[in-house]
Amino acid sequence: MAKTPESVYQEMLKGIWRDNPVFVQVLGMCPMLAVTNSAVNALAMGLATFFVLVGSSLLVSMMRKWIPKQVRISSYIIIIATFVTIIDYTLLALFPKIHKELGAFIPLITANCLILGRQEAFASRNSVRFAVMDAVGMAGGFLFALLALGGVREILGEGALFGVSLFGPNFEPWIIMILPPGGFLTLGLILLFFNWVTEKHKEAQMRLLQPAEERSS
Amino acid sequence: MMTDAAFQHFLWIFISALLVNNFVLAYFLGLCPFLGVSGKLETSFRLGLATTFVLIITAICAWILNTYVLPHAPYLRLISFIVVIASVVQFIEMLIKKLSPALFRSLGIFLPLITTNCAILGLAIFATNREYSFAESIIFALGAGGGFTLALLLMAGLREESELSDVPTLIRGTAFNLIIAGILSMAFMGFAGLFSS
Amino acid sequence: MTEPADQRPNSTNEAPPPVVMEPSSIRLISTLAIAGLVSGIAIVAIYEATLQTITENKARELREAVFKVLPGVSKMKKFQLEENGIRFRAEEGKDENTIYGGYNQQGEFVGYALPSAGPGFQDTIGILYGYIPESRKVVGMEILESRETPGLGDKIYKDLSFVSNFDNLSIDPEIVTIKKGMKSAANEVDAITGATISSKAVVRIINEGNERWINQLPTYGIPLPEEGSPE
Repeated sequence: MAKTPESVYQEMLKGIWRDNPVFVQVLGMCPMLAVTNSAVNALAMGLATFFVLVGSSLLVSMMRKWIPKQVRISSYIIIIATFVTIIDYTLLALFPKIHKELGAFIPLITANCLILGRQEAFASRNSVRFAVMDAVGMAGGFLFALLALGGVREILGEGALFGVSLFGPNFEPWIIMILPPGGFLTLGLILLFFNWVTEKHKEAQMRLLQPAEERSS
Repeated sequence: MMTDAAFQHFLWIFISALLVNNFVLAYFLGLCPFLGVSGKLETSFRLGLATTFVLIITAICAWILNTYVLPHAPYLRLISFIVVIASVVQFIEMLIKKLSPALFRSLGIFLPLITTNCAILGLAIFATNREYSFAESIIFALGAGGGFTLALLLMAGLREESELSDVPTLIRGTAFNLIIAGILSMAFMGFAGLFSS
Repeated sequence: MTEPADQRPNSTNEAPPPVVMEPSSIRLISTLAIAGLVSGIAIVAIYEATLQTITENKARELREAVFKVLPGVSKMKKFQLEENGIRFRAEEGKDENTIYGGYNQQGEFVGYALPSAGPGFQDTIGILYGYIPESRKVVGMEILESRETPGLGDKIYKDLSFVSNFDNLSIDPEIVTIKKGMKSAANEVDAITGATISSKAVVRIINEGNERWINQLPTYGIPLPEEGSPE
């Protein structure tokens, strides 16, 4: 596989939009939906996941030649759990308030299928440079998705964004949005929007193609 | 034998995990099988049973680790949970395969899938965070497993029905399932307050 | 982020990757052992590095909570409740039957800060409340832990008019919750409109705490040892 320098950046960009881990692949949402009830929490969780994913990908791709196939999954999990423990203690020491909000969901980053999935599918087969770029893209896409969810839920559920009130005191917040059902509904509606955009895109391309075919025939 | 207060306490832990703080619908744990596998009632039920079984094993492992090992080395919590639970489940899988091939065929095939389920790690972490005793941990695991099975069954039933109805193709798929899950989650919120009057 | 030590053990211990042969089980085990060792070292390192800050944070949080529920207090001590009364608690480790005593600027005992927890509307609510044994009154309440419904149940700590119910509250015969605006006696608490269950839960948890603690507590606590004298 010959890859030109530009494709390193393509590798990164694909994660953010075209192959967005959450909105397109619906990966890694398991426990993470729970902390998207505000933009700040979503940002913190996104950054923690970013650190774990990029760190693990870097290490896995560096050591990919030395890890025997039979024990690769166990090794990846040990690496991931180590990074998660590191970020867990770091948050607890530096940002105890945020750590309290995210609570049990920080250790649960380990069980995020996105992270293990990237190690197995990409980092273990590619050079360090590509692995890191891929991880940055995927983690960036994940962060973007969490922020979008957290932002929408906070705006509707509290009338605020990052704790700054947007609509003034007359706004009646939709409390349901910051409760668990709001998480399911928001993600469902965003997925619907993505489906709709893709569908429109396809239709537009069909329309462009058809007249061309008619002319050629 | 058991006092009223103790019984009530156990009942509260059980109901809380089963309904009010349902693992899937309130904590978003175990979403992958919930959205991916729950197409058929029969499969969902067996997956639920197998998960409950693994959750109980997990509760036991987590309690033993938390009581005897982690006080000396709190930093090993996450790593030890993952490693020990995965190995014990794998060991039991081999054991079942040897002892009862029939049971293995009906439940065992799910076991590798379940080990990677976030609900397992979630249970271990919640139970130890709340410093549950051995009996409390088991009750908690039973409630969580029952709640998972219940959510899975409800979802499977709704999806079986929706197969027959006229849903626009644009909505079909994950988006549709998530919106159903949202409505179920709203319904389950109604269970809050069950024990506080 | 990544120490070079992470890769060194592998490169020295193992031959260049043989692709054709099945790796021996010794190699599999040694790979996992090395991974475990390196991860263990990394985890212990981060634990040691953050331990002091984390302990300080926790101690400060607790101190602030105690000062908040016991007005006029500027010094606190941990007490251990035992069968024959209370004593100063010196040991570290898990808190069980631990309460806190508050002292004013002159070093005189003011009151106790008592923890209590129980089921709320949604999940466990953890409370710390200030109690003055001399007047048998609750003088402050702080929610340490709760997952009550945002916008409704979370008013138990966000609604200051509810919290102020606990500023001067008699505990005899027991604390009761009543409808908002009907408060007439010293042992009554105005419930929050729309969050009656959460309000009642707070009151019930404090009553349960009273039942558990206050009969065993001496009215004047333990006098603070003189500065400099051994405890």
